[in-house]
Amino acid sequence: MSTQTLPYTVHPHPVTGIYSGKFGTWLFLASEVMLFGALFSSYVLLRVGAPEAPSPLHWPSHEETHLSWRIGGFNTLVLIVSSVTMVMAWASLKMGDFSKGRRYLWLTFLLALTFIVVKLSLEYVPKLRGGYVPAKSTFFSLYYTLTGLHGLHVIGGMVVIGYFLGPGAALWKRDPEYYTNRIECTGLYWHFVDLVWIFLFPVLYLM
Amino acid sequence: MSSHDHHTQGHGSGAHHELSFWRHYVFSTDHKVIGVQYGITALCFLFLGFCLMMMMRWQLAYPGQPMPVIGKFFGEAAMPGGIMLPEFYNSLGAMHGTIMVFLGVVPLLVGAFGNYVMPLQIGAPDMAFPKLNMASYWVFAVGGIVMLVSFFVPGGAANSGWTSYAPLSVIATMGQTLWLIGMVFLITSSLLGSVNFIVTIIQLRAKGLSMFRLPFFVWAQLVTAFLLLLAFPPLEAAGVMQLMDRVAGTSFFMPEGLVVSGVPSTVAGGGSPLLWQHLFWFLAHPEVYVLILPALGIVAEIIANNTRKPLWGYRPMVYSAIFLGFMSFIVWAHHMFMTGMGPTISTFFATTTMIISIPSVIILTALVISLYRASIRFTVPMLFALAFLPMFAIGGLTGLPLGLPASDIPLHDTYYVIGHFHYVVAPGTIFGIFAGIYYWYPKVTGRKMNDVLGKIHFWLSFVFINMVFGPMFVQGLAGVSRRLYSQVGYAHGEAVQSWTITSSWGAWLLGLAQIFFIVNFFMSMRAGKKVSDNPWEATTLEWAAPSPPPHGNFTTPPVVYRPPYEYSVPGLAKDYFPQHAAAEA
Amino acid sequence: MRLWQRRAAVLLAAAAGGVLFARPLLGAEAAAPTTPGVKIDGAYADWRNLWLPPDISQHGHNIDGLIYFLHGFMGVLFVGWGVFFVYCLFRFRQRAGQRADYNLVKAKPSKYAEIAVAIIEAVLLLGFSVPIWASVKNDLPTEAQNPLRVRVLAEQFAWNFHYPGKDGKFGRTAPQFVNTASNPVGLDRSDANAKDDIVSGEMHLPVDRPVICDISSKDVIHSFAVPVLRVKQDAIPGMRIPVWFQATKTGSYEIACAQLCGNNHYSMRAVMVVEPKDRFDHWLEEKSKPPEEFEEE
Repeated sequence: MSTQTLPYTVHPHPVTGIYSGKFGTWLFLASEVMLFGALFSSYVLLRVGAPEAPSPLHWPSHEETHLSWRIGGFNTLVLIVSSVTMVMAWASLKMGDFSKGRRYLWLTFLLALTFIVVKLSLEYVPKLRGGYVPAKSTFFSLYYTLTGLHGLHVIGGMVVIGYFLGPGAALWKRDPEYYTNRIECTGLYWHFVDLVWIFLFPVLYLM
Repeated sequence: MSSHDHHTQGHGSGAHHELSFWRHYVFSTDHKVIGVQYGITALCFLFLGFCLMMMMRWQLAYPGQPMPVIGKFFGEAAMPGGIMLPEFYNSLGAMHGTIMVFLGVVPLLVGAFGNYVMPLQIGAPDMAFPKLNMASYWVFAVGGIVMLVSFFVPGGAANSGWTSYAPLSVIATMGQTLWLIGMVFLITSSLLGSVNFIVTIIQLRAKGLSMFRLPFFVWAQLVTAFLLLLAFPPLEAAGVMQLMDRVAGTSFFMPEGLVVSGVPSTVAGGGSPLLWQHLFWFLAHPEVYVLILPALGIVAEIIANNTRKPLWGYRPMVYSAIFLGFMSFIVWAHHMFMTGMGPTISTFFATTTMIISIPSVIILTALVISLYRASIRFTVPMLFALAFLPMFAIGGLTGLPLGLPASDIPLHDTYYVIGHFHYVVAPGTIFGIFAGIYYWYPKVTGRKMNDVLGKIHFWLSFVFINMVFGPMFVQGLAGVSRRLYSQVGYAHGEAVQSWTITSSWGAWLLGLAQIFFIVNFFMSMRAGKKVSDNPWEATTLEWAAPSPPPHGNFTTPPVVYRPPYEYSVPGLAKDYFPQHAAAEA
Repeated sequence: MRLWQRRAAVLLAAAAGGVLFARPLLGAEAAAPTTPGVKIDGAYADWRNLWLPPDISQHGHNIDGLIYFLHGFMGVLFVGWGVFFVYCLFRFRQRAGQRADYNLVKAKPSKYAEIAVAIIEAVLLLGFSVPIWASVKNDLPTEAQNPLRVRVLAEQFAWNFHYPGKDGKFGRTAPQFVNTASNPVGLDRSDANAKDDIVSGEMHLPVDRPVICDISSKDVIHSFAVPVLRVKQDAIPGMRIPVWFQATKTGSYEIACAQLCGNNHYSMRAVMVVEPKDRFDHWLEEKSKPPEEFEEE
């Protein structure tokens, strides 16, 4: 039964010019924009509504938050580089070079891991130990919620990349084009995750 | 039609059938099986939500009196001596809303009808992402289970209303945490589903099926999917923030200086209770159209089929649906006129609210004009579809005094609101759902539901559902607040208590009337009249597939030659001309 | 129509009628208000007023007028639409040998009807709703009109009414001073302005004098709803929102909470006494005599 396969899983639809997986990824990213958009809007609303300095509820300055722009900047760099390696992975696969593509995927994975390790060991843990818990102020509520949700997205990306490095790699043998497409979709998602960080970094560390 | 034996022969029938029972019926990736799973689960939830309401109606009609027969089964924590406690009443209210909206109606309209019918109507072999489809059902199921479990935790299920307004929801009992976790699952499920729906509708249409040859139902599903895709994430964000407020002690929605039960609150403060409302209604107003558009789609299909005439104003209807979708994102604050909103903002939202009524009026008008010079068959699905029209009209019209800020003052948060939106979603959407079940039952089972039982079910439901919701307008005009455990004790409440009792009896009788449906539903599976693949002599593609459709749906991929509702085409012998027929057979 | 269908229709009509007549049998006979405590004035649930409660406010007739007009408008639309609907159901039911008309009618009337509806909606909004709303929200009484200012502080599940007393100044309040029994609004007793402040669980108002209520809440969101005044305003913690009105008729009336606020939301009721100026002044006098007593009623 069910020998009938679905059309446009690999090749683009003649009218829309896009294969289904990529289309779905874009739609998913649209919903992600709304998710982070809502959080950013909340940030704006709460920051604008915060009282001025003498009040204990005022918006904290950088000296008060003790967030290091150096660590944040380093992590920004890590994610930007990982975006490049992700593109390189896809480009290599597109040109039929599986082992090169795989190397770049590994690199992306390790960069993501670096990001998470830095985030946890140099930021979260010392902050939480130092009493800068989410309940401390509206700023820290937003900081942990935004970066936490973003961190979960990074980990989600690592799971997907890990899958295509591990069990998912078998697809390359069956259908290299299909595999390449899936890496392209993963890449789209990965760029989005980077993009969110590129917004988060100035909003939380610099502004 | 070799596909017929697919279901009847079962598992032992040899090489072409490798799927185990589990893969076939439980973890299936077939959109039809998933559709049926959604349908059965959601009907159970719909029934549960209805039962919660019938219990609430006892307390409302006869406050403080022990509930007969079933009262003693709920224990001392909920109903000591069979008398409902206010906290239990609030739990029932919150969970009635949540279950009906998120676990009953939306899964039925989108998960069940959308999943089952939409791919068939566009001539697709399945959804674009079958595994994602399965995942979306199971995530939904987990969300449902979390909601059910919440009834059994200390303090009972969530009791801050289905709207979960902060700060009340932040200081509420543990059930609220489970409510939030359950909602995150349900939202995730909706997101997965909506991505799948949009891609399927855009990518997998049969050859010749251009966008303006799509049945209106498919258009409704497309707009709905966009609403779910874009409106749900803000609620997910809000849900995460409320979860943080409850679990991590943050104060997103908590201002400073709270004194709860005489004890000053220890949270840092600095949050905004209105932020929750904005994020919530940014979802929940589009959600209203998620509840109504697919039902309009079902009704449009059935009206075209049973008037034996093309739909009047198909294109305006499509444009109206799209316009509704857009507008529904900028009307949300009309739920918040009483939060101290100034004239400028309230005028903006009142204006958008008035504007959004126009496309609804256009769709409704088009459906009614479709009856003109028709040849109306009063089949059971048609009866439900026809009854949908005036009752949806009542729901829409009573939105008018609520949408104008001035007349909203006395009516806001009263029973008038309850009457208004229930007329939209209960006699409206749920009648649309019944219409759809009677209409597509033969496609799913190959058998028709019993006509006489169906007609009894219809007429009783029609009378009693009006008896339930009509009196609410009177209560609302009289000024009775909603969500009251009892309105007795207020002079203005006691004066209309008789209407409450009428409404309660309506609800219980409505419950009894559903027995005819339940019996019919199960009996017809075995004993229903066997019918052909196209028993309603319809034109759309789902009727070109065998009943029930096999895995992969169509024996040959269909090709579409004409618009969706070519009924009574002059010069043809038959009064319907299917979309896939090259020439008249 | 087949015979059984006709019979079914008659039976249903009878059932629908029966339901209405059976209302007294179901215990539906409207009981005289048995509200505990204070007797509430006014005649309620009169269908001739569209069941609206009596109106004792200066601005209420505008809102009521809008509601009457809207329901008339809705009725006209529904009946007009319904007549066409029912006509179609009878006239165009399926008959042997007859086919539906494939051609679609050019429905000019429906287009005109839709345009008319849009115009009427626009007029209702801009001509009636917006001015009423603006006057309710913006036109707070000036000092020259000598408004009475009252702070309304909601809590689970009671209303506290805070009057400034003779000096016309509200004393300082803060959360740490709150004591549910003796100091529900958290007055700072050391503040000079607080000395003559009055806090009451019953709202007393002078008739025919503008009143500005500043609505707020101690804990969760409540909603200050006075049906007879056509006043409703959410009480939101962290915000103080003014609402104003002028009562035109003396008597005892009800204040309800319109926003779900917890278990006893249903019993969050207060009595509002509208009285002549001299009696109101007398009440203020009585209340301010022993300043330590901030009893809840």
